[in-house]
Amino acid sequence: MNNPAAADTASYNAAPFTIADNVDTALAAMAAGARPIAGGTDLVVGARQGKSPLPTMLVAIDRVPGLAEVRVDEERVVLGSAVTHARLMTDEIVVGDYTALADAAALVGSPATRNVGTLGGNVMNGSPAMDTGAPLVVLGAMIELTSQNGVRLLSPAELWTGPGTTAATSDELCTACILPGRPERSGSAYVRLEYRRAMEIAVVGASASVRLDDSGHLEHLSVALTAVAPTIVEVHSLEELVGRPVDERLLTDVARIASSQAQPISDLRAGADYRSHTVGVMARRAVDAGARRAAGQHIAVPVNRAEGVGRTEQR
Amino acid sequence: MNSEPMDDQTPSESTGGGQPDVSYPLAVNGVRYPVSAPSGALLLDVIRDHVGLTGTKQGCDDCECGACMVLVDGRPVNSCSYLAAQAQGRAVTTVEGLAGAVDLSPLQQLLLDAGGVQCGFCTPGMLMSARALLDSNPEPSDEEVRIGLSGNLCRCTGYDTIVAAVLQAAEHIDATEV
Repeated sequence: MNNPAAADTASYNAAPFTIADNVDTALAAMAAGARPIAGGTDLVVGARQGKSPLPTMLVAIDRVPGLAEVRVDEERVVLGSAVTHARLMTDEIVVGDYTALADAAALVGSPATRNVGTLGGNVMNGSPAMDTGAPLVVLGAMIELTSQNGVRLLSPAELWTGPGTTAATSDELCTACILPGRPERSGSAYVRLEYRRAMEIAVVGASASVRLDDSGHLEHLSVALTAVAPTIVEVHSLEELVGRPVDERLLTDVARIASSQAQPISDLRAGADYRSHTVGVMARRAVDAGARRAAGQHIAVPVNRAEGVGRTEQR
Repeated sequence: MNSEPMDDQTPSESTGGGQPDVSYPLAVNGVRYPVSAPSGALLLDVIRDHVGLTGTKQGCDDCECGACMVLVDGRPVNSCSYLAAQAQGRAVTTVEGLAGAVDLSPLQQLLLDAGGVQCGFCTPGMLMSARALLDSNPEPSDEEVRIGLSGNLCRCTGYDTIVAAVLQAAEHIDATEV
């Protein structure tokens, strides 16, 4: 990265499978046409389902030490792109300050999926149903893309251009998600509608980041919605709610506003009307849980389990 | 045990095929096998067709059912969706690595005794997830066992006998020998 000439594309030996042990090696391979693979839970499964054949050149990035780190950098927290969901759901910093992201990671797939599936993979796969997407939006994340030409930071809205598509060029590697520091009296949560408790994809979901003022009233609110539009979308026009107490009336307004901004499709998982309605329910639950966390109440990760969303009868 | 690649096998066909072969050693249950397979070959196919260990099952082949579960460096991984080439330099454990030379492992025996094995197809994957769970959490709650096994589908038992066996294993044996 510091010396692009050292990783000259023309002299790069185009191996079918490269295990990168540093970012420069990964970028050189990608410049020569290789696709990055970390956990493979989207890439390999997608190849087998016929979405797109497995690329003939791959570079494994899951052993690049710096990419698998959670690092505090002054006021910011840098989540390496190869940080796994298993790490996100247990990491002290993420659970403590960026709880919505831990809620989301804990709902992904199964223990096996969470062990190998990475944040960067989830982000770059660009699914509108991705669980980590809405939390990244409300937490103000910037996505770091690195190539031999340099580094650029994109907001999630700039990155995700449609279902399964991103603004990244083929030689750009997602190297990190960068989160701003969290102010006092703030909390966040992610809640999703699910038909079962494992190996599930969000029917709809919502994430909220809440900051309260001294008197416990709403000082700042951001909400983002999962699986109700071609990409993860942020809810707008929430400013009118600022200054109000987080009570039943406010939560009802949140649900109404969120539902009105959903533009879902009907598919085998749910009809459009059902999605529009239930995403409002998820939004109110996410704001409720985020506000209670902001007020200091402990709600275990993930909210879906702690609050009994999708709970089955106790045996 | 066959460590030679079989000529009539094309392990990566299901991922699109056409990748060139790569050669590397693969450590399975403590034995290093020389592997030469397409770069896109799946760990499941290499374990079954190149290494020759068929305890690991191909179920949904879609990362959903967990029949193909193996451990990579001690962590459960769906081998149907993990490239064999990514496992080089790492320790792979399959169900064949659980039992002793003669006896089943305590976890295997308890699962049998509890009636947690019916058709048996999910059993190898179930055992690997249970093993990983008990290694990382020797005293799991009922709920933690269910989460630990949540990536393994069983269409026969209704799960309760399996969960009971894992809880018994945690109670009665030291986690280092499950």
